[in-house]
Amino acid sequence: MILLQTETCCKILYKDSLNPHAVRLELSVGDMVERSFLAPGQFVHIKCGHSRLLRRPISVCTCQSEPEGGDLLTVVFEIRGEGTAWLSRREAGDKLDVLGMLGNGFRMTPKGRYLLVGGGIGVPPLLGCAQYADGNCDAVLGFRDSSHALLLNQFSQHCAALAITTEDGSLGERGFVTGPMEALLTGNHYDAILCCGPKPMLKAAAALAHKYAVPCQVSLEERMACGVGACLGCAVQMSDGSMKHVCKDGPIFDAGEVDWNG
Amino acid sequence: MADMRVDLAGVKLKNPVTTASGTFGFGREYNSFFDISRLGGISVKGLTLLPRNGNPSPRIAETPMGMLNSVGLQNPGVDAFIAHELPWLKSRKAVIIANISGNTPEEYGEMCEKLSAAGVDMIEVNISCPNVKAGGLAYGTQPGLAAEVTAVAKAHSTVPVMVKLSPNVTDVTQIARAVEDAGADAISLINTLRGMVIDVKTRRPILKMNTGGLSGPAVLPVAVRMVWEVHNTVKIPILGMGGISSGSDAAQMMLAGAAAVAVGAATFADPLAPIRILEELENICDAQGVSAAQLTGALMPW
Ligand SMILES: Cc1cc2nc3c(=O)[nH]c(=O)nc-3n(C[C@H](O)[C@H](O)[C@H](O)COP(=O)(O)OP(=O)(O)OC[C@H]3O[C@@H](n4cnc5c(N)ncnc54)[C@H](O)[C@@H]3O)c2cc1C
Ligand SMILES: Cc1cc2nc3c(=O)[nH]c(=O)nc-3n(C[C@H](O)[C@H](O)[C@H](O)COP(=O)(O)O)c2cc1C
Ligand code: FES
Repeated sequence: MILLQTETCCKILYKDSLNPHAVRLELSVGDMVERSFLAPGQFVHIKCGHSRLLRRPISVCTCQSEPEGGDLLTVVFEIRGEGTAWLSRREAGDKLDVLGMLGNGFRMTPKGRYLLVGGGIGVPPLLGCAQYADGNCDAVLGFRDSSHALLLNQFSQHCAALAITTEDGSLGERGFVTGPMEALLTGNHYDAILCCGPKPMLKAAAALAHKYAVPCQVSLEERMACGVGACLGCAVQMSDGSMKHVCKDGPIFDAGEVDWNG
Repeated sequence: MADMRVDLAGVKLKNPVTTASGTFGFGREYNSFFDISRLGGISVKGLTLLPRNGNPSPRIAETPMGMLNSVGLQNPGVDAFIAHELPWLKSRKAVIIANISGNTPEEYGEMCEKLSAAGVDMIEVNISCPNVKAGGLAYGTQPGLAAEVTAVAKAHSTVPVMVKLSPNVTDVTQIARAVEDAGADAISLINTLRGMVIDVKTRRPILKMNTGGLSGPAVLPVAVRMVWEVHNTVKIPILGMGGISSGSDAAQMMLAGAAAVAVGAATFADPLAPIRILEELENICDAQGVSAAQLTGALMPW
């Protein structure tokens, strides 16, 4: 049975900048969402022009299935190198070759109460979680400075409490996400903490989750080739010594199963 | 419609397009995209006697029209393959090529016995993986060792044995002749070329292993040249690979002397690449009014 396909003609419906660093694209993705949506936190694998062999993994920010193959999906990204620079030069009306949706996504239940913890460009994929939990969640979002902040209005719509931190104090509380996280963990019950961001942040969040005995899921990054589990390129070390693969077993992992020193 | 059937050392392939070991897992992932039995054959992820975890990440680095990998033969071991993957592959009715790597000739022999008995169609003896410290590359770069491994593999196999050569040698024809003389039924090439990519900002190699194997479109002309040299040297059939991403690339490889081809890294860019390449190759055969087999070695060198 044919379960997966590349949508070679995903039209960019809309493009905007969320801040001086982050670009958002809204894509028309055929019936991709209908076919392959599992949970918020999945990613798509985007071809960035013909002069680069490998696709670029980008998390899904929001998506919705629509009738007659008009599914919508948004991605948010920062320019890191040639591929994301190429992507940032696409305009509304251009077509993209998108493979997805891939990976597992965060495990969430309809009645669950969640603490969302995001850092920098790791914040957008958590918006899908906030929409799903709709009100039944709090969020702590950390940025380098106010110029990197994004999607704050959208998060405040879907979260009961929203705390912002910046490293230089230019917006919200000065410091890292762990401060507000600890305050929220002391006073509230959560069924799980859902995290996406740079590895040091994930590691710190995982340690706090452990301290407060709250289950924690983290979104991991690794360099990828195939994106579907065939090349074994995107390996991450687990605490039991085994290897798992970000594209297929993840990108979402239980914080407890990850080898944080690996 | 051109006749696409080819013969690879007695193994009948319905068409010349197969998948390169390590780029297609055990076939399950890409079977979600297309029916893998449409391909001529599937070479599975490189197997070792015992399970291997592979190398630490990062294992992938992009290069101009190519990539480096340092996966390091992560695999569940030959017994787990036979128990959990082979039955499914057989049920798909795919021609199965088992790719193996060993630390000693004896390990190669033991794997050949197990895999022959389990009913794979062909064994591809990898003497050329650049990602494993023990064995591996050493066998592929010394004619005497390559011959020894080939002879042991042959002695323990009841199915055709194909030996996969490394391009990381001064004269590939020496190794080719050695493995032919030792009884190899076929030769496959090329494995990956050793390379390195450095992050200038951090002054660190991208790959945790520092170096890795180069593959993808960038290596095609090197692979075509080596297949041609080997074709001019040996009589046994050749499975040609390295950088194939179109039907015309595949045709080049066959004209240079390959009886069949394998597609590797191109599948990462386009999951349907093997099928597209097959269709494009079919069109070329149709346009030239030849069967696929008639392309093999039909090059007219100056
Ligand atoms: C599951 C997953 C989800 C991601 N989601 C997002 C997102 O929503 N928004 C966003 O801005 N970024 C995201 N990233 C990171 C994004 O993939 C990289 O920034 C991007 O691949 C860089 O490509 P480039 O060509 O611009 O950079 P280059 O450095 O030129 O890329 C060279 C190669 O390295 C790979 N690479 C470089 N950095 C990374 C990285 N951090 N992770 C994985 N591969 C990398 C590239 O894919 C490419 O193969 C995600 C990564 C993963 C693994
Ligand atoms: C990620 C990756 C893993 C590989 N693993 C193996 C392997 O296990 N055994 C092997 O013989 N070759 C392995 N190879 C080499 C390929 O089979 C092939 O020889 C090489 O990639 C050239 O083909 P290509 O340019 O079409 O990719 C691997 C290649 C890649 C890219
Ligand atoms: S990228 Fe190939 S296995 Fe994950």
